[in-house]
Amino acid sequence: MHELRELYQEVIIEHGSNPRHFYKLECPSCTGHGYNPLCGDQITLDLKLENDIITHMGFQGQGCAISIASASLMCESLTGKSIIDAQNAFELFHSVLTADAPADDRLGKLTVLTGVREFPARVKCATLAWHTLQNALE
Amino acid sequence: MNRQDFPALNQQVYGKPLVYFDNAATTQKPQAVIDAISHFYQNNNANVHRGVHALSERADKAYENARKSVKEFINAKHTQEIIFVRGTTEGINLLSHMINKGDEVIISAMEHHANIVPWQLREAKLNVIPLLDNGELDLNAYKNMLNETIKLVSITHMSNTLGTINPVKEMIALAHEKNIPVLLDCAQSISHGPIDVQDLDCDFLVFSGHKIYGPTGIGIVYGKQALLDKIPPYQGGGAMIAIVDFEKTTFTHLPYKFEAGTPDIAGAIGLHAALDYVSALGFDNIISHEKKLLDYAQEKLQAINGLRIIGTAPDKGSIISFVMDKAHPHDIATILDREGVAIRAGHHCTMPLMKRFNVPATARISMTFYNTTDEIEKCVSALYKVKEIF
Repeated sequence: MHELRELYQEVIIEHGSNPRHFYKLECPSCTGHGYNPLCGDQITLDLKLENDIITHMGFQGQGCAISIASASLMCESLTGKSIIDAQNAFELFHSVLTADAPADDRLGKLTVLTGVREFPARVKCATLAWHTLQNALE
Repeated sequence: MNRQDFPALNQQVYGKPLVYFDNAATTQKPQAVIDAISHFYQNNNANVHRGVHALSERADKAYENARKSVKEFINAKHTQEIIFVRGTTEGINLLSHMINKGDEVIISAMEHHANIVPWQLREAKLNVIPLLDNGELDLNAYKNMLNETIKLVSITHMSNTLGTINPVKEMIALAHEKNIPVLLDCAQSISHGPIDVQDLDCDFLVFSGHKIYGPTGIGIVYGKQALLDKIPPYQGGGAMIAIVDFEKTTFTHLPYKFEAGTPDIAGAIGLHAALDYVSALGFDNIISHEKKLLDYAQEKLQAINGLRIIGTAPDKGSIISFVMDKAHPHDIATILDREGVAIRAGHHCTMPLMKRFNVPATARISMTFYNTTDEIEKCVSALYKVKEIF
């Protein structure tokens, strides 16, 4: 039960059931689509860019608590950041989740998702939104 | 019943006794199957159909005896109507070569992707039997779909997602009135009740060994001889030829026409052991135990607030798909896993069916004779943990 509590922290349950930035943007600068064919989770992410700054983020889709909370937290933490910052955050997040890198203060609010490391089958849920972001920026 | 025959069931995961409720994905293997496979490799390993030495003769005999055991298990008329393939998916792909671009094929809305995509690869036109809200096929719609332009009806005997058992005997008779052959996907049904291809009068049937306590990598295509003769070879190579010449090659007869290359000999032998095991256990015993499990589990699950069962056909096997109000199926499966309960979550390779019931995914419990009501209790208390977390 301890590891489950680590995974399903209140913040995750809360963001999973009441996601922030859960809407479609009017006239987005770019849109990304993320889909996990194995489980059916899907996310569409809209970005509004001004110069190199991500000024607005909105997503829609369906998935488990982990994938929806991760998308919600990602949008919260990256709105207002530069594209370079977003890419660095992706790399940091990804390495902490998959490569046994230690938890990192720079993750900020995203730290709540590091419990996913103990559940290898669920890492793809936590990273779906981030891969969708990559897709949007491409 | 007979749990002690299955070594993999006797273990703990995350410090909890394993409750294996993912039998629709694959079943565990009894010791008799494991022993048959290792006995073959330890004593009789050789290639089949080619050698004149002692080991090759033994391998050949064991492989052909396995074919006979399948013939008897499904009561086929002729042994050469039994073709070894890798599994249900390969079986349907093989049979799909009877269909050409533009041919019309009837399938149903509850089919596994393995009974959808092979037809699309052949560029067939698919006519899909709709479902009623309880997960039964709409038989009236089916009757109206049958006409002279239909080349084949290809339907599942038992839904891997809903558990619905389809009235295939009646459906075959209806198709035959219009001279349409019928292919049955028995991947799920093969382990849950007796199948008699002559009584059903089905024209083709496919199943996988690993879903009936046999090894992975072996499966069966059954077809009426006259119909199989008309289907071109699926793969070319050794064993399937009569004479090879650079100008022209002629093919051999059934079943070898469809068995190019060295087959999964040990897999066939393992399947033989599995079928013998099931026969000794007896379908009467299996059916009555599984019915008890299904009734017990459905009653317990229905009592959980916010849990909804998808698929409530009156005739169904021991499979229960469900969703819960707040928790997504993947979260349910992860929490159950940590309680030792192995279930499946997702679309179960039936994406059109998910769409039909307007759910992105379901959690699925699939039970078999070695499961117990005590395991259902463990699963139910794990489901209450899900409610605690969400």
